[in-house]
Amino acid sequence: MEVVYITIGVSIIVAVFFFIIFIKSVKSGQYEDTYTPSVRMLFDDELVKEPKKHIENQQE
Amino acid sequence: MSVNNCYHCGADCGKKSIEFNNKYFCCNGCKTVYEILNANELTCYYDLESTPGTIPSDINGKYNYLENEDIIERLLEFNDTETSVVEFYIPSIHCSSCIWVLENLSKLNQGVTISIVNFPKKLLRITFKNKRTNLKELVELITSIGYEPYISLEDADSKTNNVDKTLIYQVSIAAFAFGNIMLLSFPEYFEVDEFWLEKYKHLFRLLMFTMALPVVFYSAKDYFISAYKGLKHKMLNIDVPIALGISVLFIRSSIEIFLDIGSGFFDSLAGLVFFLLLGKFFQQKTYNFLSFERDYKSYFPIAVSLIKNDKETNIQVKDIKKGDRLLIRNEELIPVDGILINGNAAIDYSFVTGESVPVIKISGEKLFAGGKQTAGAIEMEVISSIEQSYLTQLWSNDVFNKSNEKTIKNITDSISRFFTIAILLIALFGGVFWYFYNAAMLFNVVTAVLIIACPCALALSAPFAFGNILRIFGYKKFYLKNSETIENISKVDTIIFDKTGTITSSDKSQLTYFGTALTDIEKGCLKSVLRASNHPLSRSLYEYLEVDTLQEKPSKFNEILGKGIEATINDFNFKIGASSFVEAKAVAVNETSIYIKINNEFKGYFLFKNSYREGTKEVFKKLGAHYNLVILSGDNDGEKEYLEKLLPKNTRFQFNQKPEDKLDFIKKLQENNNKVMMIGDGLNDAGALAQSNVGIAISEDVNVFSPACDAILDAKLFNKLPEFLILSKKTISIIKASFVLSFCYNIVGLYFALTGMLTPVVAAILMPLSSITIVVFVTILTNWMSKKL
Repeated sequence: MEVVYITIGVSIIVAVFFFIIFIKSVKSGQYEDTYTPSVRMLFDDELVKEPKKHIENQQE
Repeated sequence: MSVNNCYHCGADCGKKSIEFNNKYFCCNGCKTVYEILNANELTCYYDLESTPGTIPSDINGKYNYLENEDIIERLLEFNDTETSVVEFYIPSIHCSSCIWVLENLSKLNQGVTISIVNFPKKLLRITFKNKRTNLKELVELITSIGYEPYISLEDADSKTNNVDKTLIYQVSIAAFAFGNIMLLSFPEYFEVDEFWLEKYKHLFRLLMFTMALPVVFYSAKDYFISAYKGLKHKMLNIDVPIALGISVLFIRSSIEIFLDIGSGFFDSLAGLVFFLLLGKFFQQKTYNFLSFERDYKSYFPIAVSLIKNDKETNIQVKDIKKGDRLLIRNEELIPVDGILINGNAAIDYSFVTGESVPVIKISGEKLFAGGKQTAGAIEMEVISSIEQSYLTQLWSNDVFNKSNEKTIKNITDSISRFFTIAILLIALFGGVFWYFYNAAMLFNVVTAVLIIACPCALALSAPFAFGNILRIFGYKKFYLKNSETIENISKVDTIIFDKTGTITSSDKSQLTYFGTALTDIEKGCLKSVLRASNHPLSRSLYEYLEVDTLQEKPSKFNEILGKGIEATINDFNFKIGASSFVEAKAVAVNETSIYIKINNEFKGYFLFKNSYREGTKEVFKKLGAHYNLVILSGDNDGEKEYLEKLLPKNTRFQFNQKPEDKLDFIKKLQENNNKVMMIGDGLNDAGALAQSNVGIAISEDVNVFSPACDAILDAKLFNKLPEFLILSKKTISIIKASFVLSFCYNIVGLYFALTGMLTPVVAAILMPLSSITIVVFVTILTNWMSKKL
């Protein structure tokens, strides 16, 4: 049953690892703006539109 | 989308829509934005949301001060000579199109490397190359596409203070420890004498102890500090029994495991701290886009144009000296008191008084700080420095300097005094009893009493009730600064209203005509004359007259500043303006009016009346039954009679009140032990709002700035005010009811403690159970109560 030392040890290491990652993500500001990224991820495609009317618009 | 609505901003185009690229626009501003975006292939701005834009405001030299190195340095967040980072607050950010276009700024300006929007806070952060562009260019660019940033030095200065995340760390540590300790202590709950459990329990206990250490010494440290402070001031606040409970829990548990008596109460300890902090966390609701702490500095511009030897330079507002000559452009704020030298001054004092009909000044007249020029550029001479101006003097009052130390005891603290004493007495009697009965149990019983009596449920009910109500109010557009405000609202017995802008709505003033009725032809001629005038009163009258203008232009047109217009059109000779100008007897002396004379014959006058907010009468009627009501106005008593008829009889009226008078009036009431709520809107109410127990600012647009206050109410919801007040009162009753419930739990707990039967498993069940039921109880009740809102 000495394996208990290992399993408990491993489980605590894993738990602490996730805890540290969570604290780091808070520190880096991931949770400060939870709205904008959700909108931003929907944008990327629109910009690809190639400048087809480019010449005509240059006159302005 | 109908043809008649602007493609850019969605406003009604009226009769003169501007066509471009088969799209219709309401004004040139909107068209220009479209042109800029179209030229840069950014038209999918309009695909994401229909009519997302806002009309861009005039730039015209407004941002010249951004060339001033000193100001640039203060505004930039970061600068390493090559790249710079700047953050702007942009009130007009409102939809996904806004995010999209602002994050694609690099298409419009090659110097921009990254631009990132924080939507909830309405912030735009731009990283740019100093070689390719500069701050002024950027600001002008985003202003030209309709996103005028709000720049104030106060904001620039306060940029350094970051959000305090300590509480988040404290909660997460407590949560982490709570979960893991619970898991580790589970085997021992059932006290089975099992071989393997016996062998490993020391390891488990040691781990629990290790995890409890950061909970006690980091997560719970604020409770110890607060309890210490309370005791120092001879106050038994709620944190005293909490701190006592936590320390007893920790000490007894440590003794138990090190002397190998039992498994200790580490699970309950971590759970207790976790729930308490969760309550604290829930109570904090901040509205990122609102500010409750602003003073005149955030209204005022950063810099003004100084005219010296016919040359224009930009200086910071704080450097303005007496005798300086300033150039105030259209739509700019007057930062100091001064005398008008030349120009067409129509000053809108709505920031200050709430009155939006501009006041006309002629050269030589005094201009007060805080007014906004609305008719072209003017020149003025400064007669006092910024601190000594009429309006800004108010901020030297002590009210604004008093520190925010908590002087009022909150509902939980006031009950905890009795609670703490009762607990100590029970522990003492229990101790005495067991000392004679079975002295071995003494330590066990006394600590058990202190542990189980730790007022977790008691301390949780107020934060959760307040936090929930705060959210409900916020959802209904009544934004409170913090949860203490709810408690203060419930104690109020006197409500004071400012008049202009608070109970009158500032955007629409009503026009009434008195005198000989005008024929349609006369009206048409009048309207054609008014069209030529830029005077704000003329504009309102022009909008008011519902006839078509004539094709002809006035054959003679002469506008005399500060007096009126003399014009001839179609054989009609018009004299429009002040009573003295028209040579008519002034009828309504105290009110704004336009007198009309046609062909030397006095016809009548148009009276500008403020329209009262919808439901004003009902609001006062409802409130009058429970509160003392006072109208405290800076205006003259011109509308007193009307108000007396409109409002309940017990309403008191005070007119001609200067900002300081308002403050003193409230102070006097408070000296008579009245709890005062002040409801105002302008900067002239700032003193009164700060002095009152609860200051509520009424705001037509919550994104525009309101003076420092405890709460901001959307003006459209003015008629809901009584319901908000009632709900605040009910919340206090709910909290009191939940106190009773938590006492019941304590009695059950004390039974276990006094009989010496408090085992870790009982504590582990009782503690979370009581906390969770209290939380559920107050949440359901507050939600149910606010349903009718």
